[in-house]
Amino acid sequence: MNTPLRQYQPTATMIKILKYSFYDLMRSRWSYVYFLFYLLLGFVLLFLNNELSKAVITLMNVIIVLVPLIGTIFGVMYFYNSKEFTELLLAQPIKRSSIFLGQYFGVAGSLTVSLVLGLGIPFTLYGLFQSKAIWDFSLLLITGAFLTLIFTAIAFNIALSNENKIKGFGYAVLAWLFLAVIYDGLFLMSLIVFEEYPLDNLSLLATMFNPIDLSRTLILLKLDISALLGYTGAIFKQFFGTNLGLFVSIIMLFLWTVIPVWRLSYVAKRKDF
Amino acid sequence: MIHVESLHKKFGKNVVLAGLELNIDQGGIFAILGPNGSGKTTLIKTVLGMVIPNKGAITVMDSPVRNKWKYRQDINYLPQIANFPGNLKVKELIAMIKDIRQKPSDEQKLIGLFGLEPFLDKKLSNLSGGTKQKVNIVLTFMFDSPLIILDEPTNGLDPLSMIRLKELISEEKAKGKTILITSHIMQFVEEVSDHIVYLLEGKIYFKGSIAELKTKTGQSNFEHAIAAISTHSNHD
Repeated sequence: MNTPLRQYQPTATMIKILKYSFYDLMRSRWSYVYFLFYLLLGFVLLFLNNELSKAVITLMNVIIVLVPLIGTIFGVMYFYNSKEFTELLLAQPIKRSSIFLGQYFGVAGSLTVSLVLGLGIPFTLYGLFQSKAIWDFSLLLITGAFLTLIFTAIAFNIALSNENKIKGFGYAVLAWLFLAVIYDGLFLMSLIVFEEYPLDNLSLLATMFNPIDLSRTLILLKLDISALLGYTGAIFKQFFGTNLGLFVSIIMLFLWTVIPVWRLSYVAKRKDF
Repeated sequence: MIHVESLHKKFGKNVVLAGLELNIDQGGIFAILGPNGSGKTTLIKTVLGMVIPNKGAITVMDSPVRNKWKYRQDINYLPQIANFPGNLKVKELIAMIKDIRQKPSDEQKLIGLFGLEPFLDKKLSNLSGGTKQKVNIVLTFMFDSPLIILDEPTNGLDPLSMIRLKELISEEKAKGKTILITSHIMQFVEEVSDHIVYLLEGKIYFKGSIAELKTKTGQSNFEHAIAAISTHSNHD
């Protein structure tokens, strides 16, 4: 296997970097804390609720806020902490995009593994595979994985564009705060201000442009509690409840992942280190 | 070996390299010197492709550098700050760099030379600055490449390791390698280097042997000669 050709394969090198970043993170204390947190959360929720579907709803509320926050903070921290290591790699015969994409997928991958295993183990033990809730639960984990990918990518972008750690950290947390909290506030306010106009399509669009809202809507409608959401809920159900809606939503989450990852590779190619 | 043509680099409004021209022939040790902020590290980093110049062209062994990465297979680089992923063990880091470079390496000899055996199973975050620098040196010298670039190699080294490093450098030189060194320790520079490249205000101010430098400045002491060349330029 040790043919000289191997050194000239950027993808193979990227996977190597991914592997090492992944191992590095999987061995750090914080990955275990994150994993144990989900493990504990899973067991506690199942024990308290005694019902899978209710546990899934509570979990959704936690995941939708916490996963983006952890992705953002881990992403920024890892990027800044591995600065010298990145410089070491930059001097090696490796393509730049391989380095940054490898590190990114290493971080996002290890966070996703913590999430999936941490929640998967208690739910599997509880008897998830015999339950109808398996699809809801799977959707929850898929959106959780997407949110990790999206927010880690956003964090990497912010860190790459800001030499100053404090600034970068601040912007990253602000980005999370905006998408998790402020966006909804602005959205609600605009609904109140423009209540005389038909806002169905606007609300649909506004939901599409925020990955957190999109994930939340997707799960809520899958759980079939749209009746709680009134008229707008019905409109949403009409769209998101169908296969087309699900498809479009997944595409949007995918775009939310691909665009920041593409920018990461684009900016990295032109940056001075 | 290295050919640099009218190299310009600005960081914001700060002009670091202003039309630098440099030719480095194969074989021998070149010390890149200059006052703080004269562009030594920037020059090295443009050669390595880590800093992208605004204007100008660089070729390393006849291949242009811009947007390329394969040519780095022929360069061993020792970065200034030795900081590695803290959760990896020393031997894992060495294995990783070997895995990435896919080149024959003789790390065992170097590990013995710097007495790193007791640290191989330790995590990098638990090592002292000097020990990290030794690991850094092992990573740099374990491959057989025609061009070696050392940025402040003496950082944090104890006297014994310093002697080992000098031996290592002269061994590599004997093999016909080209070695670029930056250092602030003039005694070290005088001992190891054949040629001096003196950078000032983003250009090459002096290039030649130590003897030529001494004649030019009329100083018999190397450290004073370097000081003279810097103050002389201040009076211009």
